[in-house]
Amino acid sequence: MPYLSLAIWVPIVAGLAVLAVGRDRDAGAARWIALTGAIAGFLLTLPLWLHFDAGTSNMQFVERGEWIPRFDIHYFLGVDGISMLFVLLNSAMTLFVVWSAWEVIQTRVAQYMASFLIQSGLINGAFSALDGILFYSFFEAMLIPMYIIIGAWGGPNRVYAAVKFFLYTLLGSLLMLVALIYLYNASETFSILEWYGVPLSLGVQVLLFIAFFLSFAVKVPMWPVHTWLPDAHVEAPTGGSVILAAITLKIGAYGFVRFILPIVPDASRYLSGFVITLSLIAVVYIGFVALVQADMKKLIAYSSISHMGFVTLGFFLFSQLGVEGGLVQMISHGFVSAAMFLCVGVMYDRMHSRQIADYGGVVNTMPKFAAFMMLFAMANAGLPATSGFVGEFLVILAAVKANFWLGFTAATIMILGAAYTLWMYKRVIYGAIANDHVKALTDVNRREFWLLATLALLVLWMGVWPKPFIDVMHVSVADLLAHVARSKL
Amino acid sequence: MLTVNFSSVLPEIVVLCGACVILIADLFLSEARRHVSFWLTQIVLAAAAWGALATMQVLPATAFSGMVVDDMLADTLKFMTCVSVSLVLFYSRGYCAARGLFRGETFVLTLFALLGMMVMIAAGSFVTLYLGLELLALSLYAMVAMYRTSNVASEAAMKYFVLGALASGMLLYGMSMIYGATGSLDIAVVAKVLAAGQGNKTILLFGLVFVVSGVAFKLGAVPYHMWVPDVYDGAPTAVTLLIGTAPKLAAYAFMLRLLGVALGSLWFDWQGMLIVLAVLSMVLGNVVAIAQTSIKRMLAYSSIANMGFLLMGFLAANPNGYSAAMFYAIAYVLTSLASFGMVMLLSREGFEADQLEDFKGLNQRSPWWAFMMLLTMFSLAGIPPTVGFYAKFTVIQAAVDAGFVWLAVVAVMASLVGAFYYLRVVKLMYFDDATDTAPIAARADNRALLSANGLALLLFGMLPQPLLGVCVVALAHSGLL
Repeated sequence: MPYLSLAIWVPIVAGLAVLAVGRDRDAGAARWIALTGAIAGFLLTLPLWLHFDAGTSNMQFVERGEWIPRFDIHYFLGVDGISMLFVLLNSAMTLFVVWSAWEVIQTRVAQYMASFLIQSGLINGAFSALDGILFYSFFEAMLIPMYIIIGAWGGPNRVYAAVKFFLYTLLGSLLMLVALIYLYNASETFSILEWYGVPLSLGVQVLLFIAFFLSFAVKVPMWPVHTWLPDAHVEAPTGGSVILAAITLKIGAYGFVRFILPIVPDASRYLSGFVITLSLIAVVYIGFVALVQADMKKLIAYSSISHMGFVTLGFFLFSQLGVEGGLVQMISHGFVSAAMFLCVGVMYDRMHSRQIADYGGVVNTMPKFAAFMMLFAMANAGLPATSGFVGEFLVILAAVKANFWLGFTAATIMILGAAYTLWMYKRVIYGAIANDHVKALTDVNRREFWLLATLALLVLWMGVWPKPFIDVMHVSVADLLAHVARSKL
Repeated sequence: MLTVNFSSVLPEIVVLCGACVILIADLFLSEARRHVSFWLTQIVLAAAAWGALATMQVLPATAFSGMVVDDMLADTLKFMTCVSVSLVLFYSRGYCAARGLFRGETFVLTLFALLGMMVMIAAGSFVTLYLGLELLALSLYAMVAMYRTSNVASEAAMKYFVLGALASGMLLYGMSMIYGATGSLDIAVVAKVLAAGQGNKTILLFGLVFVVSGVAFKLGAVPYHMWVPDVYDGAPTAVTLLIGTAPKLAAYAFMLRLLGVALGSLWFDWQGMLIVLAVLSMVLGNVVAIAQTSIKRMLAYSSIANMGFLLMGFLAANPNGYSAAMFYAIAYVLTSLASFGMVMLLSREGFEADQLEDFKGLNQRSPWWAFMMLLTMFSLAGIPPTVGFYAKFTVIQAAVDAGFVWLAVVAVMASLVGAFYYLRVVKLMYFDDATDTAPIAARADNRALLSANGLALLLFGMLPQPLLGVCVVALAHSGLL
């Protein structure tokens, strides 16, 4: 079975079906088709994990066919231990998003659901593409649904946020296009795997590094090109924030390990200090910025930037622990940030405010909700036995091995993360009931309960027993590091 | 004995005879039966398109003592111009009928313009090139001016005519210089003389500058672009649609035969000039387009920027670049047809949908047409999976291949600026509320063809190989690769 193609095209076809059938008057059909499509899409990705051979670093579930012979472009799909889990993560998140929007979205339901489904297929494509242009097509095309999602269902300042999001991301990716074309001219192929072996001089490598780096650093986002993210997160509807934080940021980090490290290894080593510095600035400085936010979504957005700084830090330590830690952190952050945004969404749907100051004493009226949010806040702060701990611990370990002070600085995330998350939690949830609106709150309904419960289970599973996640990466990461160590000069 | 090979010019003969027949037949038709002329024109176009395909042959041939060449490139482009003109007439039928432009003259002038394009496309000598160009230009001047009650249209026609005549003069002057230096007007002979290194270099370069200026004017490249926004904006949208589409294909052929073939040996000299034109067009076109409030003016500046991209592919001065530029021209024409088609679809009697504001809330009025316009805008912006992406991709690849990485970087930065104003149209359609709630009415054939056109942007965006292949094969079999 071509599972990867199915993972890409089933959601897209389901999205088109939703568009074709969905009517604004009767949104029920649109919701059910969307849910069916999302469930089918998710189930179809499960075999990827079940049938995955963790003993090899070769690409698995490979599909390869001629696509554009004029430029030797292939429809070339495959996953290894690095990318496989993200296909699953994305398909699972799409399911959560459709589920979370069930009665929350009331305007243009069909278009909303369809945007997410189509985007889900495109993201799966980006994670499994092994041809440069195929990757680029998915990478760019997924901007279109997100642009519409932010702009059409977002908050008051949505147009600004949507345009900023689009142009910022496009800026980076256009330079990547030039880099891809340059690599094609140097190697006569668009196959990413073949690019791993193309010799390149250091000067060329540095230029290619800059082009790729701009593209992926914007997407991650790294300091100082992160400014689009708080805007996009704050203005996007809950589903949009979830997908942005949980998935699209990961594509940026994924680009580092799929493109930058193996294709330009010498430049990567040459410039690793630069990237590590930027990552540490993100971890520490953005951590402080998160501390002073008054808007919950903005706080989580800054916390995402800080956590993603940890991921890039892990990658550029060039050690097994560091890269694996970064990858685990990516998956964990996918669960945790999605859960945090869903929590804010639950409160926003009731109060129509995201300002911390408007809340206080929520635990009195929403005890079940407060319990869930406590768990996710702890996970965001990196408490042991939650998924947030595993990745951070591995990266800090790798950092200490490389240099004590590096590890020391990185470890401040444990303190800062706890500070901003728990302080926000305290102000929103604890204390006396702040006002009549909080007094009138109702606790989570059944849909919300099971949504958060599922995520809570995932966070705990990954925190208590991360072995299944790490096992599949092992060999692929070792192979990646072998590529990084091999000079291409 | 001289044998005349009429099959080489079969499409031209069909169009010329058709135009004459319609000119006379239309006199005997009452206003209510005007659609007979319309359908006659469509039949002529179909016959000419068929003629272009039927006479296609693998080896290039010449006719009329080398005045006309019949190669695969010519037949391919002739076929495409016929299809494009046919779509133009379908899209503009309702628009013209509401403005008293649904007249025999429209059809006849359109056919003459098409004849001019075909002559340009198949030209084997400077004289034929020039004749075709003038036939095309004169027909277009008249068509812009045909909307007599509109002041802006008359003004646009005047500007177009004066500047066009100036450009023709420069072109002719340049051609005469080259004639003086090489002693021939025949493209193949000029190419041979130059390849042998003969001819006075000073005179040749002098002529080359004028020729490039003339070409740049016809393409609407900066700094010869001044007429483009005024003519696009002032002309009735139906005529804008015609000016903005098929002639770009003819202009490509014109450039290829003149610069690529005849003056191919001087590529190093014209490459530098084209770089300047390309950079200026891409940057200025995209930047100025941001400031526009009229969608027709915006699309005019977008066309200037797009011609810059086309030039970027062409200036690689190698087969790869020529085929990239050809693909770019085809993709641009396809997209341009859909974009102006949408403008006309939203227009109705007494109302021109020529302002950006008129697209507000289109998604509420009609999700389908909003989606078609979305595809058009993203295709112009060069975002996959639309054909516009591969157009940009091929020309950037050609530029990088020729060693101009910096030019590619300039181009992508310019298209980043361009993305802003295309996104604005999407924003108006999807994020804003509709102010105009009039239903969108159009003939069924118009709707079907415009939808097919929009979906073609997506289809060729996902499977571009057939079109890319056509460009390579056509050029290869024309002895140009």
